[in-house]
Amino acid sequence: MDEILIIGAGVTGCFIARELSRYQVKVTVLDKENDVGNFSSMANSAIVHSGYDPEPGSLKAKLNVMGNAMYDQVCKELDVQFERIGSLTVAIYDEQLPLLADLVKRATLNGVPVKLLTPAEAKAMEPNLSDNVKGALWAPTAGVIDPFELCVHLMENAIDNGVTLKLNEEVVDIRSFGGIWEVRTKKNTYHAKYVINASGLQADHISGLVAPQTFKITPRKGEYFVIDYTQPALVKHTIFPLPSSLGKGILVSPTYGGNYIVGPSSTVIDDKEDLSTDKPTLDEIKKSASLMVKNIPFHKVIRVFSGLRATPSTHDFVIEEASPNFINVAGIESPGLASSPAIAKKVIEEFIAPKLKLFAKASFNPNVRPYHRFKKTSEEEWSKLIAQDRRYARMVCRCESVTEGEIRDMLARNCPPHTVKGVKKRSRAGFGRCQGGFCGPNVVAILADHYHIPLTEVPYDEPGTNIVKGATKEVGE
Amino acid sequence: MQTRELVIIGGGSAGLAAAVSAYDEGIRDILILERDEYLGGILNQCIHNGFGLHEFKEQLSGPEYAERFINQIKDRGIEYKLKAMVISVSRDKHVRYANETDGIVEIQARAIIMATGCYERSAGAIAIPGDRPVGVITAGTAQRYMNMEGYMVGKRVFILGSGDIGLIMARRLTLEGAKVLGVAELMPYSNGLTRNIVQCLMDFDIPLYLSHSVSKIVGREKLEKVVISQVDNTLNFIPGTEKEFEADTLMLSVGLLPNNYLLDDIGVIPSKTRGAIVNEHLETMIPGVFSAGNVLHVHDLVDFVSAEGRLAGHSAAMYLNGKLVKTGNYLKTIPLAGISYIVPQYINITNLEDKVELKFRPSKPMKDVWLITKIDGVVVKKQLKPFLIPSEMVNVSLEKGLFKEENQELTIETEVKA
Repeated sequence: MDEILIIGAGVTGCFIARELSRYQVKVTVLDKENDVGNFSSMANSAIVHSGYDPEPGSLKAKLNVMGNAMYDQVCKELDVQFERIGSLTVAIYDEQLPLLADLVKRATLNGVPVKLLTPAEAKAMEPNLSDNVKGALWAPTAGVIDPFELCVHLMENAIDNGVTLKLNEEVVDIRSFGGIWEVRTKKNTYHAKYVINASGLQADHISGLVAPQTFKITPRKGEYFVIDYTQPALVKHTIFPLPSSLGKGILVSPTYGGNYIVGPSSTVIDDKEDLSTDKPTLDEIKKSASLMVKNIPFHKVIRVFSGLRATPSTHDFVIEEASPNFINVAGIESPGLASSPAIAKKVIEEFIAPKLKLFAKASFNPNVRPYHRFKKTSEEEWSKLIAQDRRYARMVCRCESVTEGEIRDMLARNCPPHTVKGVKKRSRAGFGRCQGGFCGPNVVAILADHYHIPLTEVPYDEPGTNIVKGATKEVGE
Repeated sequence: MQTRELVIIGGGSAGLAAAVSAYDEGIRDILILERDEYLGGILNQCIHNGFGLHEFKEQLSGPEYAERFINQIKDRGIEYKLKAMVISVSRDKHVRYANETDGIVEIQARAIIMATGCYERSAGAIAIPGDRPVGVITAGTAQRYMNMEGYMVGKRVFILGSGDIGLIMARRLTLEGAKVLGVAELMPYSNGLTRNIVQCLMDFDIPLYLSHSVSKIVGREKLEKVVISQVDNTLNFIPGTEKEFEADTLMLSVGLLPNNYLLDDIGVIPSKTRGAIVNEHLETMIPGVFSAGNVLHVHDLVDFVSAEGRLAGHSAAMYLNGKLVKTGNYLKTIPLAGISYIVPQYINITNLEDKVELKFRPSKPMKDVWLITKIDGVVVKKQLKPFLIPSEMVNVSLEKGLFKEENQELTIETEVKA
């Protein structure tokens, strides 16, 4: 039996698992997906917000600012790429200037360093800002991060330190027997003293299995464009419009990888699995973004995608004990990514530690074994790696410069990929301009070799999503 | 650091022809860098015939066509590296590549020919509305799986885009037992060669839906359905014209883009075709760096790629022998009415040899038009063209005698015949 069971291996669940792995406590994480960070944590703006925008005094405000400050250390320990590039929130109409001034007040109340810039100052920082810019709010602590890498490295470190991860486990029922939670999935039954519900979009449903529903999670879809690298840079900071009741609005930002993201839209939908995109919404994003930033090279779009925010009916994060020893960590929509390290800390300090004596684990190692990234390594260093393993010289993905050695290393770790998408999320092979046209067959072959399965059984994502269907001459209609 | 007279990046049709011609003009210190495990590039996956009618006056398959050039390379003892990915090229002509045998190697080249071909426009790039399931694949990748690895990507296939690879794959899939449900083409005309429309679609009763595109992809994890709609003349979907196809595969043949990443990476401004900006000797803005084949602009036939590769090899040899003057009088080529681009973008009149060939594409299909070439406003060539179509590249060859040192610009335009 586990002491603590975490439902959901998104960024919140991963952070909580990793924090708990510091202590002598048995922890298991369940996720219905085949990989960590495979839903909302995967498809978002990938930004660690500074925290100038949430309502002062709210959990969002408090945890965002606290979480943002924790990122430097976490990313250093876990070898996650993170860069505080700063954000500019721009006013493009004169009537928006008072709103910008309000944001300064709000930022000050939230404890976020910001500076109001004149149009000339803003243009000097970002030459591609619209000529209509009337002023901007600079928040230097905002950062860009790779959220896939973050989830994977958090979980890898948690597993290195003793946590158990069970993927492809969809929870169907939860009951309490004499103070012990019995959690049934489609395949297995788990028992634990404490359950932490970090199941994202499903959190209202999961909570409803044990307690009367006090909140509802509504999926709010955000669609995005990904734009290829440009020379010179299109923008160097995250550019936001002024926030509205719909959220932070459509941003234009470099990603941690160096290409650009434009979006998200904000559409309330019913279906918690609808990740489709549509033309009117994408056209609207183009229009909106072009009001703030000129020369956006939409002819260099390499991908469109959408993600779902888990919007709570309470308008703030829901962190509560729904039933004794059953803790909801729900409604973690934006700024959830920025807040997640602080959320984990809060959950443990306020809900676990008062009940369960947590003894530090002497063997706890906060660091993951450093990752090798061709793109970020000197030629000398890389040549040393090649001397140990020639596969570090075999370039599998040209667009993102990923070698076979890097992928093999990921496969040998404690939170390895099982799918083409898993490799893509970890290594960036397939994220570039050709979208897997060249690296796809290479990655499929590496996975087949590693797991000793035929090419026809290598899934892209869910079971049955194999890219090749059978040998030629074998497959007829 | 190693040094080389000439490094050719890409061992496909352009690179091989370039190597042979540079060798035959006296350049001996040549290295070809090829990222795949064979020379021949994309020809290796093109197992259909129709290659070589211009080059060898006979019909060959892709691998046979490649073999003829590979033999020429081997006969001459030209060096090449396989599975060697070029990581970077610098403005002072340092080339870095990596492969498993040599590790990371840096070469100082005196001249470079970029022959890195093209890549396929993906589903993401054209933002098809709907879901993003598995089963949406570009035609070239599907072709690679089928013809090189021996695997099928689907059984019920719909094809978006009537580019040649899509058409060839329609036939290939049908012959392998898959059902090809139809081909949708956004434009009111096909972007493939007429012979491919006839031999790959009509002969197999595969319907071609012109002025149609995919308006929705349906399927959360696996592709289930493709919905196409007719488009109006502004290319927007017309509601009520939807047709649904139950399919496990949506294959895309929606355009090829020059794989000009090495020059993009160092900030060399590309042309309208997204290839390099070149002069009549296919020399880019970096002296001694040449570009040829599909990395420069996407061609219709491999025979023309080989010819362009040959010109690049010849030009590199001239450069290495000090026969290309750096300064000189430049003339700019400008596409006007009805022309979408012209390669080359510049002509160095001082370096002109006996003639220059201008290659371009019309921007739309046209019938009975005059194709008018002017130098500084004076008509130097006027040809009647019964038929022009964007999918067929056009050549205009101009004698050196037509140019004067002081000329500033050359224009090409179309004019409807009165």
